[in-house]
Amino acid sequence: MSEIFGIPTQALFGQLMIGLINGSFYALLSLGLAVIFGLLNIINFTHGAQYMMGAFCAWFLLNKLGLNYWWALILSPIIVGATGVVIERLMLRWLYKLDHLYGLLLTFGLALIIQGLFRQEFGSTGLPYAMPKALEGGQNLGFMYLPIYRAWVVVFSLAVCVATWFMIEKTKLGSYLRAATENPQLVQAFGINVPRMITITYGFGVGLAALAGVMAAPIYSVNPLMGEHLIIVVFAVVVIGGMGSIMGSIVTGFALGLVEGLTKVFYPEASNTVIFIVMAIVLMIRPSGLFGTQK
Amino acid sequence: MEAPAGQRMTGWWWSRVPPQQRAAFLVMLVFFLAAPAVIYPVFLMKVMCFALFACAFNLLLGYVGLLSFGHAMFLGTAGYAAAHAAKVWGLTPELAILAGAAASCALGLVSGFIAIRRQGIYFAMITLALAQMVYFFCVQVPFTHGEDGIQAVPRGRLFGILDLSDVKAMYATVFVIFFACFLLIYRIIHSPFGQVLKAIRENEARATSLGYDVDRYKLLAFVLSATLSGVAGATNALVFQLAALNAVYWTMSGEVVLMTLVGGLGTIFGPVVGALVVLGMENYLAQLGAWVTIVQGAIFVICVLTFRRGVIGELGRFLGKPL
Repeated sequence: MSEIFGIPTQALFGQLMIGLINGSFYALLSLGLAVIFGLLNIINFTHGAQYMMGAFCAWFLLNKLGLNYWWALILSPIIVGATGVVIERLMLRWLYKLDHLYGLLLTFGLALIIQGLFRQEFGSTGLPYAMPKALEGGQNLGFMYLPIYRAWVVVFSLAVCVATWFMIEKTKLGSYLRAATENPQLVQAFGINVPRMITITYGFGVGLAALAGVMAAPIYSVNPLMGEHLIIVVFAVVVIGGMGSIMGSIVTGFALGLVEGLTKVFYPEASNTVIFIVMAIVLMIRPSGLFGTQK
Repeated sequence: MEAPAGQRMTGWWWSRVPPQQRAAFLVMLVFFLAAPAVIYPVFLMKVMCFALFACAFNLLLGYVGLLSFGHAMFLGTAGYAAAHAAKVWGLTPELAILAGAAASCALGLVSGFIAIRRQGIYFAMITLALAQMVYFFCVQVPFTHGEDGIQAVPRGRLFGILDLSDVKAMYATVFVIFFACFLLIYRIIHSPFGQVLKAIRENEARATSLGYDVDRYKLLAFVLSATLSGVAGATNALVFQLAALNAVYWTMSGEVVLMTLVGGLGTIFGPVVGALVVLGMENYLAQLGAWVTIVQGAIFVICVLTFRRGVIGELGRFLGKPL
């Protein structure tokens, strides 16, 4: 067996693959956070809970309604996104004129409620979610064994991220969104329904979280606490990347996943904390984040 | 709000305290003196520890406008440091509490230095991330004993004389610590330093333009808040003779935000009332497992949507005087 720096290549590439998968989730989640923050000026603490809801939604669709993974991939973001729309209409819209901190506190409270309800109903042990048939098995690439599903997660997340970037940066709809981020009053004066755009944006960001949840379901078990730690890591990712740039969120997400994977190989004790350490270093050198602009 | 100028700068501090605050202070004093007769003293000691924790947190959020979502790291670290000092080094309780406060002070200096580089929402996310890092550190290092925590911490003899294993002696000690720190916080808020903090909260750019080194003021406020949280955490560890992981976990950071919010942000007595309400609710719902979290979440939502001033804030508004 071949080795690099005394580490078997199988283990090295295996961990890098897991790093990339986590990176995909970081990218999808931080992308959603950045889009929501851009327009609503709210940090969505419920994001982790909504990622978990996405996974549970997939589980329900499979086990109660018999709809498979591919249906879940489409329906779950729509359903969870719809709950997001309800939250925005009923609660968040009252907070836009207040200090940003109240949005954080409200969504934190919602996260506690959602996670508590799911924990009350399903306990803290996970529910298994079967791998879709078409993506089972793997491919031996010579230097490593590549499970097909993991490759699919990375490729599909990347595609979703790039599509989102394209939609926001290159289409007309995206230009409305960017304009409303800059100056909502002016855009409203041009006859665009900004409140509705805000609602849709929140639903979209939440849908991205749910999509990540569906993809995570076959890898990690479906668990009420699955989003709890993840959201804190994603916050660190967002601080590192800065929320100013869409592409920045995507690149930072994937890169930090890789950094975490590498740490697992070379110094496993620090694998839980490495992203926070990177955050501290970035704050020292470039406080506005790698891609951010200081406002 | 402004007292007549001649009256403000002279006399014993008590004569400068507005009457409604004097009354509230006396109510609080009498409550904690009389309550052990009817309420379980250990619960009251917990309330005082967390009231101090919430007051220290409020010093930062209510008076500088910085929302720290990682204050559990100070509570937990001080608890571990004090428990270790008392159990392994065999220090007396007052020295153990000082050791805890010193540990939090050092941690506050480092984390504050990193966190104050960003403002607003980023500040909250950074402190949360740093606290999670401290949590993982506490999970991994051997001296915290991981999931078990540091158990059977000896309360010891205060100044080598007073045996704290007696509940009354312990209660008196916690009582003195709480009121001393409460008055210290009151003094900080009303000092010229505290006025600068409020100026930073209201308009940071203007404070800078007036020549104040805003970052230094923020860092000092952060370290003070961390140290006082540490005193609370160390005392709490001695009361329960236990330092465990739950004190470092992010849910604890959320809890102190909730206490302050329920009681009233930026009020002097609010955090104390908030600690009493939140801990009372938890005590009442303790058997119901995850429902505690759900109810906490619901209180958050209700407070943010309809009750942003909190109990004491609303009371103060009703009276037309700050409490």
